[in-house]
Amino acid sequence: MIARAAVTALGAGAALTAPWWVANPYHLHVLIMAAIFTILALSLNLLLGYTGQLSLGHAAFFGIGAYTSALLSLPPLEWSFWIALPAAAAAAALAGWGIGRLALKLRGAYFVLVTISFAGVISLISINWMALTNGPLGLPGVPAPTLGPWTLRTKTTYWYLVLAAAALAFVVCHRLVRSRIGRALVALRENEPLAESVGIDGTRYLVLAAVVSAAMAGVGGSLYAHYTRFVSPEVFLFSYTVTMVIMVIAGGQGTLAGPVVGALLFTVLPEVLREAVAWQWQMLAYGIVLVVCVFFLPRGIVPSIVAATRRAARTAGGPPEMRSGSVGPLKMRRGPAPE
Amino acid sequence: MEQLLQHLVNGLVLGGTYALLGIGLTLIFGLMSVVNFAHGEFYTLGAYAAFATLALAGLPFFVALVAAIAAGALLGAICERTLLRPLRGHSIDTIMLVMIGVWIAMQNAELLAWGGVARAIPHPFPTAPLTLGPLNIAPLRLFVVVTAAALIALAWLGIHTTRLGTAMRATFQDRDTAALMGVPIGRIHTITFAFGSALAAAAGALLGPVFLAYPSMGDLASLKAFSVVILGGLGNLAGATLGGLLLGVAEELGAGYVSSGYRDAVGFVAIILVLLFRPAGLFARAERIG
Repeated sequence: MIARAAVTALGAGAALTAPWWVANPYHLHVLIMAAIFTILALSLNLLLGYTGQLSLGHAAFFGIGAYTSALLSLPPLEWSFWIALPAAAAAAALAGWGIGRLALKLRGAYFVLVTISFAGVISLISINWMALTNGPLGLPGVPAPTLGPWTLRTKTTYWYLVLAAAALAFVVCHRLVRSRIGRALVALRENEPLAESVGIDGTRYLVLAAVVSAAMAGVGGSLYAHYTRFVSPEVFLFSYTVTMVIMVIAGGQGTLAGPVVGALLFTVLPEVLREAVAWQWQMLAYGIVLVVCVFFLPRGIVPSIVAATRRAARTAGGPPEMRSGSVGPLKMRRGPAPE
Repeated sequence: MEQLLQHLVNGLVLGGTYALLGIGLTLIFGLMSVVNFAHGEFYTLGAYAAFATLALAGLPFFVALVAAIAAGALLGAICERTLLRPLRGHSIDTIMLVMIGVWIAMQNAELLAWGGVARAIPHPFPTAPLTLGPLNIAPLRLFVVVTAAALIALAWLGIHTTRLGTAMRATFQDRDTAALMGVPIGRIHTITFAFGSALAAAAGALLGPVFLAYPSMGDLASLKAFSVVILGGLGNLAGATLGGLLLGVAEELGAGYVSSGYRDAVGFVAIILVLLFRPAGLFARAERIG
């Protein structure tokens, strides 16, 4: 418990003072992207980690958020960022509700296929609906957010904006998964017939998770659009979804800290390695990391580290710690599943 | 009317290759319960194998097809032995994650090996179309559809008449009983995965010269294979064949009469609609293998 509080305090302190010790503006840019990806990874984890349903179309919610926010804040509407951001979340949530209602009748591989197809259709619309989206050329000139008399144009100010958003996303996830709803989701993931037999309405809870998850991805998309000031059909690229999946799986699905660690690791690490290896090698490595994780680290980095430190504490004679509420998914355990 | 006929012919040419892709995928799913997201990468592999034999080595098209099939079967067998066999008995979701990893790794390995530039695969056929009354068909496309049909017939015969095919059908129906009867399940799995991958590679070698070869070509191929399998019903061989033809024709008609920009949306929409309204596939009554 003390160790965890210390790690949290240290992380928060480092994040709040980041603009002072990160001198290079490019490094600050990497941190901003890490914060945006933290939101996305937390969002995907809500579905993958807590309901066990893998959305391989998550870039669609991210892209819908980015386009909604960009279209609302560009002429002719020119709405404020502070209206465009919730609108982006609402638009993505609406899409999440639709997909959830339709697709969560299906589970597993079928759900994956519907989400991929949905993302494919949305991506084709963004390319072909010239009048709305300007097609492959995209929408340039998305304005930077303003806060009273200030424009959040500098990297330092934007860092605090995305940091606040990521913290908010974490709190939302934390509140949600530690509530009745979170326990219902875990129950559904572990044994759906049993959960339903004690009165948990499966579809209702799964749709709720899909809506919250999509809304968070939409917020991520809006923050991305107003940061890069440009939106194009590239926001729907499959590589965004792949990156989110890797962050969640490697970090530790079904935990709260896992996606955060995964997001930091997989935005910072590629930048560190950028000097040494080309981008294509990075994506190749992602594929291999995914396979290796399933074989050797099925629960992810964070749960494995936690388990290792607990073992070390126990052998050193320390008191056994209480188990935290985050339960690693039983689905990923090693050894043959009972037939 | 003539235009409609032309669209139908073009659709059948595409559909034949989609059926090849779908048969491979549906076999792997039906027999091994593996949702093979890397299927399209074997299609890409086949296209690049054809490129290497035709453009670089200058060998005849027939050799290119054999090379693609051999490459697909070999890599498929390796993939099954190293990654899928150790995970046998694990949940379908775990195996799905591994296949997603294989998909990403293979695609980017292809990108590293061949570069991102799309490559035209040279072929020995004359470019002037054959004219049959109101219809025009390029000789290459005719060759593609005939070869695809021959390969489908061969696969069909192999599954229905040989001893190995009987063992595959037995494993498909009831793995445990088949194992008790002495069917070597492990070997059947390896052969099935190699066979399915070889069919995907053959599809790539056939369609590669019609379009272009580029590293991410497998993404769409995978999704089309999945639409075909879902249209036909998972594990349904006859359904996959019909589903492939149906998807090819639907795409051509959609591109011809609605909008060419949304050609690839046909498959996506088909997946969504069929899964929602007829999850057992359009031909649920049709004969399942065996």
